[in-house]
Amino acid sequence: MYVAVKGGERAIDNAHAWLAEERRGDPSVAELGVAQIRAQLALAVNRVMAEGSLYDPDLAALAIKQARGDLIEAVFLIRAYRTTLPRLGASNPVDTGAMAVDRRVSATFKDLPGGQILGPTFDYTHRLLDFKLMAEGEVPAAETAPAQTGPVPHVTGFLNRDGLIEPAAASDATPPDLTREPMELPADRALRLQAITRGDEGFVLSMAYSTQRGYGRTHAFVGELRIGRVAVEMDIPELGFAIEIGEVEVTECETVNQFKGSKTEPPQFTRGYGLVFGQSERKAIAMSLVDRALRWKELGEDDTGAPAQDEEFVLMHCDNIQATGFLEHIKLPHYVDFQSELELVRRLRAEAMAGQEMAGQEAAE
Amino acid sequence: MTDQAYNFAYLDEQTKRMIRRAILKGLAVPGYQVPFASREMPMPYGWGTGGVQVTAACLTPEDVLKVIDQGADDTTNAVSIRKFFQRTAGVRVTERTAEASVIQTRHRIPEAPLREGQILVYQVPIPEPLRFLEPREAETRKMHELEEYGLMHVKLYEDIARHGEIATSYAYPVKVEGRYVMDPSPIPKFDNPKLGDCPAIQLFGAGREQRIYAVPPYTKVESLDFEDHPFVASKAPHDCDLCGAGESYLDEVIIDDAGGRMFVCSDTDFCSGRQAAGHRGRFSPEGM
Amino acid sequence: MTGNALGGGFSNPPEQSARAFRAVLEAVSRPGTIWAVEGAAPPAPLSVAAGTVLLTLADGTTPVHLAGGADCQPVRDWITFHIGAPLVDARQAMFALGRWPDLLPLERFHPGDPDYPDRAATLIILTEDLANAGAKLTGPGIAQAAHLSLPDITAFQRNAAQFPLGLDFIFTAGDRVAAMLRSTKVEDAPCM
Repeated sequence: MYVAVKGGERAIDNAHAWLAEERRGDPSVAELGVAQIRAQLALAVNRVMAEGSLYDPDLAALAIKQARGDLIEAVFLIRAYRTTLPRLGASNPVDTGAMAVDRRVSATFKDLPGGQILGPTFDYTHRLLDFKLMAEGEVPAAETAPAQTGPVPHVTGFLNRDGLIEPAAASDATPPDLTREPMELPADRALRLQAITRGDEGFVLSMAYSTQRGYGRTHAFVGELRIGRVAVEMDIPELGFAIEIGEVEVTECETVNQFKGSKTEPPQFTRGYGLVFGQSERKAIAMSLVDRALRWKELGEDDTGAPAQDEEFVLMHCDNIQATGFLEHIKLPHYVDFQSELELVRRLRAEAMAGQEMAGQEAAE
Repeated sequence: MTDQAYNFAYLDEQTKRMIRRAILKGLAVPGYQVPFASREMPMPYGWGTGGVQVTAACLTPEDVLKVIDQGADDTTNAVSIRKFFQRTAGVRVTERTAEASVIQTRHRIPEAPLREGQILVYQVPIPEPLRFLEPREAETRKMHELEEYGLMHVKLYEDIARHGEIATSYAYPVKVEGRYVMDPSPIPKFDNPKLGDCPAIQLFGAGREQRIYAVPPYTKVESLDFEDHPFVASKAPHDCDLCGAGESYLDEVIIDDAGGRMFVCSDTDFCSGRQAAGHRGRFSPEGM
Repeated sequence: MTGNALGGGFSNPPEQSARAFRAVLEAVSRPGTIWAVEGAAPPAPLSVAAGTVLLTLADGTTPVHLAGGADCQPVRDWITFHIGAPLVDARQAMFALGRWPDLLPLERFHPGDPDYPDRAATLIILTEDLANAGAKLTGPGIAQAAHLSLPDITAFQRNAAQFPLGLDFIFTAGDRVAAMLRSTKVEDAPCM
């Protein structure tokens, strides 16, 4: 006798309980604290903050713990939490020129005012597994230097002074907010940057890489990459001036790209821009390449049909929460649709076979 | 009991107003997809976030909610969505189509005729009926504006040329009030005739794609077809093996590894209602 | 700002706006049918229904146009305090509010764009009375025909002729609402 599948609710409850047990893992191993994740898995925390569009290292660390280290799942938790938060106001644009830099490198100049600062980078580590870390040994303290006090001007500013790079005028226009308004295409640059900075790191990386390999090539140099803390200020109408409400760590990348010039304009370098929460260097560089590739129309370049030049393709597919949700939804029941296909295929096959039989009989007659 | 940490029906009031405005404009232009600023919900995109937002914007504390997936109330995602609204809106829930004032559905229209006072909310994965013919939003928007639906007819006619009939069995496109071509969500084409002239309000929510659209009550909805190849709302040529119904949409269930199978109503409420009324099918349990 | 601008809002916005929206949803879904709403106590000349519809649908993101007698200081203050909607010219309005003669000519309002017909204005009309008598309505939402006491015929016919562009109308009288859409066909009812 057939009994229809029942008990969806109990199955869900049981699955959640099992999940909680798996999350905890072997109880003889000490439980991971949120503070440990925040401090020791900081780059994962940064990625979750960047793609979750919420600067809160504690919540990002909690999300990573809750998601068992699945960073896209952690981003999802942060996004779902973020939407429930009231909007109290908007901050002023951050001034990255006034950044307290931990790292600052330029590929276009050997040296420059403010200096090249390597900072805490993997760049020149030899990628050899460090088995000492398995022994949980203490790390000797790193050398320190007195904090930089002088200004750290943007490299593109030097080029701009000589008219060698396209100007990027400051604007007080309110940028669109893709979390509050439906995406409308074509999108302006502010909206594109907003989408890419919260886009999936892997997707943005691959898009950027594809431009380097010739699919929408833009000949990019890293004019400057800087990582550090910037003040977040907000205008308080009652006070009549802006006050600092906190600090965020960001990574900023400005690329300097080749530009042929035109009949009306002398040759000039162009810019690509990336700004990402936290120390997220790979993402910021990739973002600036994709930004530059998407600017082909305004710069009068050819549409070569490259994926990274295709605004709708990039913007509609860069969000990993949308992508993973839709991808994984195909594991939900689809048996009603499948049944309708089955019925159709059976009927078409029956008709086709009847047709063949008929033709065979006719041939025999 | 509602969860006090969240607003009634989860969404904040500003979000609900934005969705409500989109719903009203959708009703004013039947079948046209209204862009809306879909929010990130605590369930994944593709799992009914559009339907959930539309339902949240429509629910009142007095409502009785039914949630179905594949026609069934006890499929896991239907259970999960129903639980979400029990928790955040404290509404009463039911499995009975006739008792519900709001029904959220994925992939089916209930068998029992709907009535005035009911709202049917569809979960929609890809709202654009032209998307698989033209992937670009800028293009499809233009096609709707100019009523350029030739591409769709060409596609359907190619089916006929190849297979002798239109080989689309679900998400079968319709034309609403003679104007907009609309995706009815992935319901089997068997359900298409129920879309038109329906006394209930039908609302469609696509969360990831940020679109809401609507079919008002008593609205003309025609499945696209050709004079020499008229639309046929087909189903498996069997009766339900549990309740004997001959006119309901059926699920095929494999019952052994020797090719044995049975057919049962996809609408579980419809089927159990018939069984309770004494109807029997080929595999009905003895002594019921 | 006058003191009574602070009163007359919803006391329980989530539930009151949910109930009011359902009435408006039914009204819009079934043009010509009349529904009761409650919750708002706006200053004159706004009715309970007009205030409730505004509280339910308008906010800081929806420009509102006030026409004729509705464009008075108490109403402006009330909308500013409870809704925060920017008050604008007819052309920019997402919602317009006023008596029928004050809203004319309708061509002042945005009927939507050919590629985005949803971007059309909704007119909230203050009337004395609503009755299921008079003009005959047919179209989506209406099984056979509906009748509604409309202030005009040809203006609505001209509006409907633009479909899918066109304005949508919510009539308010006391605590009652009814709606007419650009998709609704209007004709003079034969004398009964």
